[in-house]
Amino acid sequence: MTITVYVPNDSSAVSLGADRVAKAIAAEAEQRGISINLIRNGSFGLYWLEPLVEVATEQGRVGYGPVQASDVSSLFDANFLQGGTHALSLGIVEDLPYLKKQQRLTFARIGKTSPTDLNDYLANDGYRGLANALAISQADIVKAVTDSGLRGRGGAAFPTGIKWNTVLNTQAEQKYIICNADEGDSGTFSDRMVMEGDPFVLIEGMTIAGIAVGASQGYIYLRVEYPHAHIALNTAIANAYQAGYLGEDIQGSGKTFHLEVRLGAGAYICGEETSLMESLEGKRGLVRFKPPLPAISGLFGKPTVVNNVISLASVPIILDKGGDYYRDFGMGRSRGTLPLQLAGNIKQAGLVELAFGLTLRELLYDFGGGSASGRPIKAVQVGGPLGAYLPESQFDTPLDYEAFAAQWTVLGHGGVVVFDDTVDMAKMAKYSMEFCAIESCGKCTPCRIGSTRGYEVMDEIINGHNVEQNTKLLRDLCNTLLNGSLCALGGMTPYPVLSALNHFPKDFGIDEPAQVA
Amino acid sequence: MTAAVNTQALVNDITSALKDKPGALLPILHGIQDAIGYVPPDCVPDIAKALSLSRAEVHGVISFYHYFRTTPPGQHTIYLCRAESCQALGSEDLETYAKEKLGIDFHETTADGKFSLEPVYCLGNCACSPAMQIGHDIYGRVSADSFDAALAELQQAELEPSA
Ligand SMILES: Cc1cc2nc3c(=O)[nH]c(=O)nc-3n(C[C@H](O)[C@H](O)[C@H](O)COP(=O)(O)O)c2cc1C
Ligand code: SF4
Ligand code: FES
Repeated sequence: MTITVYVPNDSSAVSLGADRVAKAIAAEAEQRGISINLIRNGSFGLYWLEPLVEVATEQGRVGYGPVQASDVSSLFDANFLQGGTHALSLGIVEDLPYLKKQQRLTFARIGKTSPTDLNDYLANDGYRGLANALAISQADIVKAVTDSGLRGRGGAAFPTGIKWNTVLNTQAEQKYIICNADEGDSGTFSDRMVMEGDPFVLIEGMTIAGIAVGASQGYIYLRVEYPHAHIALNTAIANAYQAGYLGEDIQGSGKTFHLEVRLGAGAYICGEETSLMESLEGKRGLVRFKPPLPAISGLFGKPTVVNNVISLASVPIILDKGGDYYRDFGMGRSRGTLPLQLAGNIKQAGLVELAFGLTLRELLYDFGGGSASGRPIKAVQVGGPLGAYLPESQFDTPLDYEAFAAQWTVLGHGGVVVFDDTVDMAKMAKYSMEFCAIESCGKCTPCRIGSTRGYEVMDEIINGHNVEQNTKLLRDLCNTLLNGSLCALGGMTPYPVLSALNHFPKDFGIDEPAQVA
Repeated sequence: MTAAVNTQALVNDITSALKDKPGALLPILHGIQDAIGYVPPDCVPDIAKALSLSRAEVHGVISFYHYFRTTPPGQHTIYLCRAESCQALGSEDLETYAKEKLGIDFHETTADGKFSLEPVYCLGNCACSPAMQIGHDIYGRVSADSFDAALAELQQAELEPSA
């Protein structure tokens, strides 16, 4: 029997040599006259073990990693095709604690399947949510999403069902579904993993959204920095069209949904939903005033659902298993699961999908294994470049939207970036101001001018000039940004800046404990 | 045919193929940059005309987006990630090294026209920081050594006759 070997084609795995490993395995097998079935799967997100090679055995999928091309001939010598033991043996991959302890709903298939193979998707519960959605009314689809308690995973955590309901109830000849795949937040990569590792789940989620609200056209606004995701999405979309899962009369239902990928062009602000729509319309990505809400007057002035990749990719399982099933995970008003992304200076960086409620400390140590450098963890930035830095005293915060908000921190898109004690937090605060200045859309003065001013003030502070006075100036600038910005780029840049200042005053050259903002 | 005529023909082909899409400007600019490596300023009037926009509007869009460039890039554009996760693992040192090695700053191209260097704010490869992208190829846990190796490999690939 032909043996199946898996080598991920996830771009992070590829960045560590997965393509070379796949090539070496194919060549070595041919040279030894062994016939293998080499599948390029998604990544499970255990990145310190990538490239993670798996072999299908009777006991399950046996893993080896991290594998380099130079390890391949010794893997063959060790009879890895029969699950033989090797220095890189990991055992049954599903049983690895990092994976086993997770609650993978949205990521259920990722790593297991061949991403753009529709048959593989169908064989692994794919399109069951759509089948259910096609059998019920539009209002009932929206109700299932509302009942699930799903809140937007792009950052603002707005209830998805409420947004859909507004679009459903707004009459218009044309409505749109937009998937926000701009994933500009540093330290985040869950959207990328979904698009590369299970693009059909996003396509299915968008199709369900389109049918639910009566939108016949969808756009995926994808950041240009993700060429691998672009290819995977376009391939999967073509396959879905061919099999009657996109286009007119989807699966004989009489419903129409068209889907197209559009590329961004390296502007962080275009992840903000109104800027994104301007960009899709072919304009500069200037943020729009709200109201009107996009749900009422969005893309080309039409009612539009804008949702993050993870929000939309969570819809199929909700329609498959029911809103209650999803809602039973989580705590408080944070229902379901959140795919967390562990990055930065952490031993076991990767994707951890869990029900809300675990503490940050558990995530950092039980999953992450502490810092990569072995030095103490000094600060953790959660929620992207506009998220606050948490000191060790806040590590026991449960991962829950409200618990985070209660101490002036944000969970956002679930990115967790770890810094050891060599980090200089004043430099990080300066970088936040610089980032805001580079990425500001320029519409409001506090953000456009204030960020550049903030950068200069941070320079002064770092150089030890008039620290007391400049710190006061920095706080004033932050207040102006907080109160006078149209969107969260200007409005939240004070989060990383002030949290750095308040928790790590010494790095700013201040000895006494700072007052809290 | 001169290069200029070639370019103009290409721009017109791309523009007329895409101009009827809703919100066609970004797809057109991408099409042009994919084909020629940049968006030549002298093609702005043609694009503006095809889309019934003013030149200022087209120019405004090109200048708004960091990704679009109006000058020819080097043979290879190196995107170095400057964002937080990569900083946590030493991207600043890598940046200094790369700039010294290439003898250029960000937004510049080496004198031999081989490499351009651009900053990027996250490549979604944060679990393998520091990260870098060259063309469509992505690199993780980049060190000074692996930076050199990646460049050497690109130079090597050019020396080999294309199969
Ligand atoms: C500066 C800025 C950048 C943003 N970037 C993204 C992004 O990259 N991806 C995303 O899904 N949402 C992003 N958002 C949030 C969106 O505006 C919007 O809330 C989200 O796409 C709605 O989808 P959701 O409800 O499913 O989260 C950003 C917001 C701001 C203010
Ligand atoms: S806060 Fe900044 S990015 Fe947001 S609208 Fe104002 S200028 Fe634009
Ligand atoms: S922060 Fe550098 S790849 Fe994400």
